Amino acid sequence: MTGRLRAILLGAAAGVAMAAAPAWAATVKVGVIGPFSGPFATAGQTFKQAVEVYQAMHGDSAGGNRIEFVYKDLDQANPAQSKALAQELIVKEKVQYLAGFFFTPDALAVAPLMDEAKVPCVIFNAATSAITEKSPLYVRTSFTLWQATVPLAQHVYKTGVRKVVTAVSDYGPGIDGEAAFKATFEKAGGQVVDSIRMPLKSTDFAPFMQRIRDSGAEAIYAFLPAGPTTLAFAKAFADNGLKDRIKFFGPGDITQEPDLPALGDAAVGITTAFHYSRAHDSDLNRAFVAKHKEKFGNADTVTFTSVGAYDGTHLIYKMVEATGGKPDGAKAVEAVKGLSWESPRGPLKLDPDSRTVVQNVYLRVTERVNGALQNTEKETFAAQPDYGYKLGK
Amino acid sequence: MQTVLGIAIDGVAYGMILFIISVGLSVTLGLMRVVNLAHGAFAMVGGYLASFAAQRLGLPFEAAAAGAILLTVVLALPLERLLYRRIYGSANELAQVLLTIGLTFVVVAGINYLFGPTLKRIPLPGYLEGVVELGPKAIPTHRAFVIAVGMAAIAGLWWLLERTDFGVKLRAAVDDPAMAAALGIRTERLYAATFALGVGLAALGGILGAELLPLEPYYAIRYIVLFLAVVAVGGAGSVFGSAGAALALGIVDTAGKYLIPDFGEFFFYAAMILILFRWPNGFFRRRTA
Repeated sequence: MTGRLRAILLGAAAGVAMAAAPAWAATVKVGVIGPFSGPFATAGQTFKQAVEVYQAMHGDSAGGNRIEFVYKDLDQANPAQSKALAQELIVKEKVQYLAGFFFTPDALAVAPLMDEAKVPCVIFNAATSAITEKSPLYVRTSFTLWQATVPLAQHVYKTGVRKVVTAVSDYGPGIDGEAAFKATFEKAGGQVVDSIRMPLKSTDFAPFMQRIRDSGAEAIYAFLPAGPTTLAFAKAFADNGLKDRIKFFGPGDITQEPDLPALGDAAVGITTAFHYSRAHDSDLNRAFVAKHKEKFGNADTVTFTSVGAYDGTHLIYKMVEATGGKPDGAKAVEAVKGLSWESPRGPLKLDPDSRTVVQNVYLRVTERVNGALQNTEKETFAAQPDYGYKLGK
Repeated sequence: MQTVLGIAIDGVAYGMILFIISVGLSVTLGLMRVVNLAHGAFAMVGGYLASFAAQRLGLPFEAAAAGAILLTVVLALPLERLLYRRIYGSANELAQVLLTIGLTFVVVAGINYLFGPTLKRIPLPGYLEGVVELGPKAIPTHRAFVIAVGMAAIAGLWWLLERTDFGVKLRAAVDDPAMAAALGIRTERLYAATFALGVGLAALGGILGAELLPLEPYYAIRYIVLFLAVVAVGGAGSVFGSAGAALALGIVDTAGKYLIPDFGEFFFYAAMILILFRWPNGFFRRRTA
C-alpha cells in the first residue's frame, strides 16, 4: 500500500516538475565572482549592491526572461580558485554569463573556460588592458589604466610640470599605468626622472618617500590598488612633508570614496583622473546614489566599482534581450558591440574592437565640501578609448 | 652621506614601530611559552576600541588609547581563565596554535560584523601631526613619538623583568612551575598578570602602529608573519633581542626598498634567513631551564 502511495506521489511530483520546466527555462542565471569577504570585501559589496540597485530600477527581467544572480566569493587574487569557481558556476549552476572580477589575474584565469563553454564574461572592475585580448567573449564596463592615465599625463604636461617621478604597485595594472604615463608624458616633451615599483605588500612607505624626494621631480604619478596600502601611501606622502613640494597625480583608485573619511586631510588637493566620482553632477547619478541610500540605509560605499557593476548588469540585460534568453555567447557579445547608453558616470559606448567602454575621463581634485571629502570634477576629457588595447602586440 | 643618514633614521623609526607591535608577543611566547597567534587579534581589538572611543565618543587621543588598552586587557582576562590556562606548557604547542588561530578567526569575523570591512583610523592629536626636522631629514612627529615610547617600553620591561620581585618570581615560575609553586609562588596569578601585560602591549602596538598598519578586520591575519619574524629573529622572551631584531630588520628593509625597490620584500626575508642561520635561537635567547 505504502509502495503504491509512494509511486503515485513520485509520479505526481515528476508531472509537476515537467509541467514547470518550460517556466524555469526562461530564467537566465548570471554567476558573479568577486571578493565578498576578506580585505577587499567592500568592493564585492559594491558589486552586489549595484546589481540590486539596477534590478530595483529596471525590474528583474529582460525581454521576458527572469535574470537571477549567483554570487561566488573569491576573497583575494587567486587565479586557480577563480577558475574552479567559474567551472562550478558553468557546470553545476548552468550560468549563461560570468561577471564580476576585481583583480586582473582572476579575470584572466577564466578565459579558456569561456571559450570552451561559449560563456561571455562581463568585467566589473579588473583594469589591465590585455584582458579583453585573451578571449572575444570578454566585455568590460570598468576602465583601464591606459584610459585614465593618457589624458592625465597630457594634463600634467599642460600645467607646466616637466619632471615627474612614477611610483606604482609592482603588478599588471601598476605596470600598465607606469608605461602609459611614461609614453604619453615623454612624447609630450616631459621627463620621467625615476620609476619606482613598490611591492604589493608594502607597509612602510618611508624609503619610497625618501627616494621620491631625492629624485628632484616636481610631481608624482602614483597608482596602488584601492585598499589599506593605498591609504598608508597617501598618509606617508603627507607625513613626510612631500605634499607642499611635489604635486600628486594618479588614477582615482587612490582616493576612492569609501577610503576618503579615513584618509582625512592627507587626501585634500590630490589630483586624479578617473571615470566616476560619487559627486558627479547628473540626475541619473543622483538617482543612483539615492537608490543605494534607500535600499541599504547609506551610500557610503558607492564608488567606481559600483558603476562598473551597474553598467555591467545593463549589458547583461541587453545581451539576454538580444538572445531571447537562449545560451548563445557569440551572438550576445555581437549584439552589444557598439552599444551606447547613459550611465551614472556619463555617456558610455562599448568599443566594438577592444570591448571596453569608451567613456569620459574626468579630472578631479579631492576637496572638503560641507565637512565631507569628495572628488570634485574639474575638467572632462570626452570619449576616451582604451589606449592600451593590443599595444603589447 | 645624507642618503645614509636618511635611511638610518627611517630604518630606526620603522624598526621601533615593529618593536612596539611585536614586543607583546615576545612576552607571551618567550616568557609564558604560549605560541599566541592571536597576538594580532588583540592588537587589532585595541586599535578598534581606540578608534571607536576617539571617533564616535569624541574622547581625546590619550584617554581613548588608555581606555582601549585597559578594556582590551579586561576583555582578554576571561579568555586567559577559560582557554589559555589549559594550554600552558611547551607540551601543548599544537593545541596552542590551533586554539589561538581559531580565536583569531573568531575575532576577525566579530570585528567585521561589528565595525564593517572599511578602514578605520585613530585621529592623532595636533601635537603628533606634522614633521620633526632632524638636520636635513624630516620625519613625521608621530614616528618620533613611537621611538620615544619604544625606548620607554624597553627600559620599563627590562626593569620589570630583571629588577623587581615580580620579574624574579615570573622567571622562576616559567623555569620550574612545580618548584615555584612549592615555594609558595602563586603561579596562576603570575601567569594571568603576565598574560595581561602581553595583551596590553599588543593593544598599545595596535594603537601606535595604526598609522603604518591600517586597521581593518583582516589585520590580525595579514601582519602575523611580521610579528613572528621579529620575535623569531630576536629570540623569544628577550626584550633587548626583540628591540635589536626589530631595528635590524627595519634598517635592512628600509635600505633595500630605497636602493633597489624592485626587489620588494626580498631583503627583509633574506636578513631573517641569514640571522636565523647564524643564530638559530635568535639574537638573545633568554637563559632556559
